[in-house]
Amino acid sequence: MVKPCLTLLLTSLLLACSAMPQQSESVYQQVGGLPGIYTITDHFISQIEQEPRILKYFKGSDVARFRTHFAQQLCVETGGPCEYQGESMEVVHEGMNISEADFNLTVELLIDAMQDAGLSYTARNKILAKLAPMRSSMLYR
Amino acid sequence: MVKQHTISSTLSRKIPCYAITLLLLVYCTNVVAGTGKIIATAGLSQIEGSGGGGVVPWATLTGYDSRSQTFAIAYATRLSIDDFTLNSFGAALSLYDRVELSLARLDLDVKPLNTDIAQTVAGAKIRLYGDVVYSAWPQVSAGIQYKHLQDTLIASSLGVLHTSGTDWYLAATREHLGMVAGYNLLWNATIRYTDANQMGLLGFGNQQGHNRKLVGEGSAAVLLSDHLAIGIEYRQRPDNLTIGESAIRDVFVTYIPSKFFNITLAWADLGSVAGIDNQQGIYLSLGGQLW
Repeated sequence: MVKPCLTLLLTSLLLACSAMPQQSESVYQQVGGLPGIYTITDHFISQIEQEPRILKYFKGSDVARFRTHFAQQLCVETGGPCEYQGESMEVVHEGMNISEADFNLTVELLIDAMQDAGLSYTARNKILAKLAPMRSSMLYR
Repeated sequence: MVKQHTISSTLSRKIPCYAITLLLLVYCTNVVAGTGKIIATAGLSQIEGSGGGGVVPWATLTGYDSRSQTFAIAYATRLSIDDFTLNSFGAALSLYDRVELSLARLDLDVKPLNTDIAQTVAGAKIRLYGDVVYSAWPQVSAGIQYKHLQDTLIASSLGVLHTSGTDWYLAATREHLGMVAGYNLLWNATIRYTDANQMGLLGFGNQQGHNRKLVGEGSAAVLLSDHLAIGIEYRQRPDNLTIGESAIRDVFVTYIPSKFFNITLAWADLGSVAGIDNQQGIYLSLGGQLW
């Protein structure tokens, strides 16, 4: 009885793999290029504005500047034709002493923002996968 | 025999009391309930009460807590196979994304003999390295499961000397974001040092005493959405009593509507149980957050 189940599972995995979009289409293209990147960014900013625990880290910072640099970074990481002109993640987050709990909450806000922007589950995962390695350069600095 | 039974039942009455004391102690010392971590990366309890999949303990802790948070869950699981029903319920506490403490009560209904076997499992796990999602290498944890058999009659009749024992395990777990066509892939590998017969319900070791061996366990799952995961598990078991105790295999579906609640349905194949072959059936588990 387990065997048919296993077969079914493997088959569905294989089908999922074969349904994989062509490598040529980047996540940048999937989210609709630069307008899509800015839609995500704007939803992310409004999510942050509604969360006092995260908003406090932005006290005295230039929102327009954050918007530009975040969008640039998202564009670069998703394979878009942009250049990141901000400072390194280490420098930007220095002195903020961001706790793991607050970092995790910010990830949740970004997930919500991507949902608000209408991104599919798989597109969201791909973006998170690109951003995840940056975590250590942001925490407890 | 009578005296032993009295001691056992006194102990089993005391354990919930200790558990409540422990929970209150932690509750009073500044609780910050955890809501960190991405959904579906925590929250499930395996059959012996540790954080993990259906039958395999994972390196992840049961809670969604981060370094500054605590998280407590309770669960109830029923495994109904052809000639047996195994009920398991318990609670687990994870502290600051570092330590997990768990307590579980297992109750096996042996239908052919019309008898029950109860066992208490106290578990502890420590995260040694990493984060299941974020670190460069998989998250690694070490744990123990101390098991105490309340109903020793069947174990004794098989000639097993020990009615309590400890399992030691080392687990590595990794979630790869977006790896399978954009879907998250989670895998776990566990090695366990154990001589528990039928997870301890038939005692520990054999007629000569303890006889621990290393066994391998594994899980793989794909997250189909924020709320749905499907996967497979495998758990090798020792066969100290040479009654053909074999590996457990299962396929499961988990629905996680929120971080506060989860439900898992599985089809499990336990192979031979207590000498009765071909034992298969349904595994159903409910878990929920206490704080």
